[in-house]
Amino acid sequence: MSEDQSFMLDGRRVPFQDGQTVMTAALAAGIYIPHLCFNPEFAPHGSCRVCLVKVNGRVQAACATPAASGQIVQNETGELREIRRGILQMLFVEGNHVCPACEKSGACQLQAVAYYVGMLAPHYTHFYPRRPVDASHPEAVIDFNRCILCELCVRASRDVDGKNIFAVQGRGIQAHLVVNTTSGKLGATDFSLADKAAQVCPTGAILTKHRGYEIPIGQRLYDRKPISVVGDVATVAESKGGRRHE
Amino acid sequence: MTTLETAAQPEYLRRIAIDPLSRVEGHGKVTLLVDRDHRVRQARLHIVEFRGFEKFIQGRPYWEVPVVVQRLCGICPVSHNLAASKAVDQLVGAREITPTAEKIRRLMHYGQTLQSHAVHFFHLASPDFLFDFDDPAAHRNVGGVMADFPDIARQGVRLRKYGQEVIRVTAGKRVHGSGNVPGGVNKALTLQERNYLLADLDLMIQWGRNILKLIKQAYALNPGYFTHFATIRSNYLSLVRADGALDLYHGGLRARNDQGEILFDHLDYRRYAQVLREQVKPWSYMKFPFIHSLGPDRGWYRVGPLARVNNCDFIPTPLAEEERKEFMALGEGQPVHLTLAYHWARMIELLHAAEAIQELLLDPDIFGDELVVRGETAREGVGVIEAPRGTLFHHYRINEDGLVEKANLIVSTTNNNQAMNESIRQVAARYLDGKELTEPLLNQIEVAVRAYDPCLSCATHALGQMPLIVELVEEESGAVVDSLVRDADGVAQDAH
Repeated sequence: MSEDQSFMLDGRRVPFQDGQTVMTAALAAGIYIPHLCFNPEFAPHGSCRVCLVKVNGRVQAACATPAASGQIVQNETGELREIRRGILQMLFVEGNHVCPACEKSGACQLQAVAYYVGMLAPHYTHFYPRRPVDASHPEAVIDFNRCILCELCVRASRDVDGKNIFAVQGRGIQAHLVVNTTSGKLGATDFSLADKAAQVCPTGAILTKHRGYEIPIGQRLYDRKPISVVGDVATVAESKGGRRHE
Repeated sequence: MTTLETAAQPEYLRRIAIDPLSRVEGHGKVTLLVDRDHRVRQARLHIVEFRGFEKFIQGRPYWEVPVVVQRLCGICPVSHNLAASKAVDQLVGAREITPTAEKIRRLMHYGQTLQSHAVHFFHLASPDFLFDFDDPAAHRNVGGVMADFPDIARQGVRLRKYGQEVIRVTAGKRVHGSGNVPGGVNKALTLQERNYLLADLDLMIQWGRNILKLIKQAYALNPGYFTHFATIRSNYLSLVRADGALDLYHGGLRARNDQGEILFDHLDYRRYAQVLREQVKPWSYMKFPFIHSLGPDRGWYRVGPLARVNNCDFIPTPLAEEERKEFMALGEGQPVHLTLAYHWARMIELLHAAEAIQELLLDPDIFGDELVVRGETAREGVGVIEAPRGTLFHHYRINEDGLVEKANLIVSTTNNNQAMNESIRQVAARYLDGKELTEPLLNQIEVAVRAYDPCLSCATHALGQMPLIVELVEEESGAVVDSLVRDADGVAQDAH
């Protein structure tokens, strides 16, 4: 490792170490690049495309692009903001994300990133897919309406919990999250709220049961400061996935 | 009951529709069938919207329900939120919530009652008091009130704002907050918040008294009109406290007949289905509830401010109680049946809400930290509350996973369905019958409906001019001979 490795991000010199990506180096330098499927504890996934940046003029996912000396990276530009906003607008119509009634509202990474990139209202025609709610588990509920296929729960359950409870089935627009049991029900698994997979969901798809709206408006994770300052749901220690400690 | 519900030969009658009704919450219409001699043969209030909340919350987690169903309405969402929360309390086994939680909820509810009653009187109904029936429609609205009576309009805006602030402090947002959680609330008040709300309260109480003066002056100027306009004799239903006091948040069900005699009293509202039934009529989306023991023809009843003030034995705050006594003198020992007295009773409640807020703000329990209780869970819960517009029922059943299986809502305005129909028939028979129908005459129909402060869809609200189409139809062929259209700006023009 050489000490003078660095790249330029929006005109600012960002040092990096071997093995770091544009995303991890930027975050280490205190620069926020919006993202949803990225979590520093897991291998990059590159699926949500929210972290698109321009590296030497080419649009690439910051989470999956290795940092290299001399790179010229653009992050906060009008063009990229527009692309990101478009991606968020598509995510919102692809599932059923009803913020006004969702208990995750105010502590939801999807909502916070949408605000960050300037999405204040839906744009495209809603798909209104018919998706189930799985409340078969005594402690947790999965609302598939809110899944954005980031696969963080899939990775956490497989790589950290060693339970391999979740998977994504189908391709393209048919892709959907499933529970790896014969019945397809979470209640048939040994899933636990202590699992890593229970802590990483960036939306309100995996939630603790019987607990909605416990945090008063004004005290929720993203009520006072934007996500660029607060950080991710999964990585904010106090938040425990968007909830404060009991 | 009057006999104008269904005409014998409707095909030979001219149909006049007041569609939509203006200065009410939600969308509805009134149709009149009139013969060649301008005799009214049929008058109906129709509710034209379908909401579907009972259906689409099926399969959702129960703890989400209070926040989802409050979206039924933008004017009194707190009512739906609280009624659902009270039902959900039973699901989580909270037989009695903590004093702090109950007082925060009461504060929220009285804040809402204050703002909702203020909106109705000042923004929607006050033109009916301040202007004549034949005042130009373009002027007979809140804009006209602002132009001619700026002080009154300003008080209305400030009263509403105050109520909204009480809601914001307790629920987190002025509209559609999330302060109520299963078994309690998610926050108490801080000293700073309490002092903020106390600062303007004396003024609100004073304004509440002023409005009552205004209403009493209007009554004194034209007692005959107040006494007879849209007046019908009816039964009354409301919650009352165990000691018979007016209580908007909690209590048992009490019903009185038109003589004031008790039909049932202190009935546990979870047993509402034993005493109330709903009738369906083919021409309306809104059901017609009635007291089971009396049957649909005699068992219909009224709810809301008039019912509550008639039903209770006393109001537990001094200024409002003084006003109640004066009000009840109108009935000479019987309930006050005057439909226009709804406005009067509503403002007594506004004053009571302001006084109740004051009592609660001075109660140290609102700073407590015991916010939630839980107990043995149940699969079924019923929550009932006195919403600004009347008794509101929320009934839920959940499956073993905690997802909603069945929901039944009897919304306040639904309770008044038959009564509103009876009132417009009374107005049609008394004031419109045999006359060439003009816009000011049709407005009288709206004045009758408006007295009930109906929330017709419990979600949307139409404010402003009444777009109106009047068609003259050839008796034999049914062809439209002439029609007059008044658009939303109040401009009338020939449709041809």
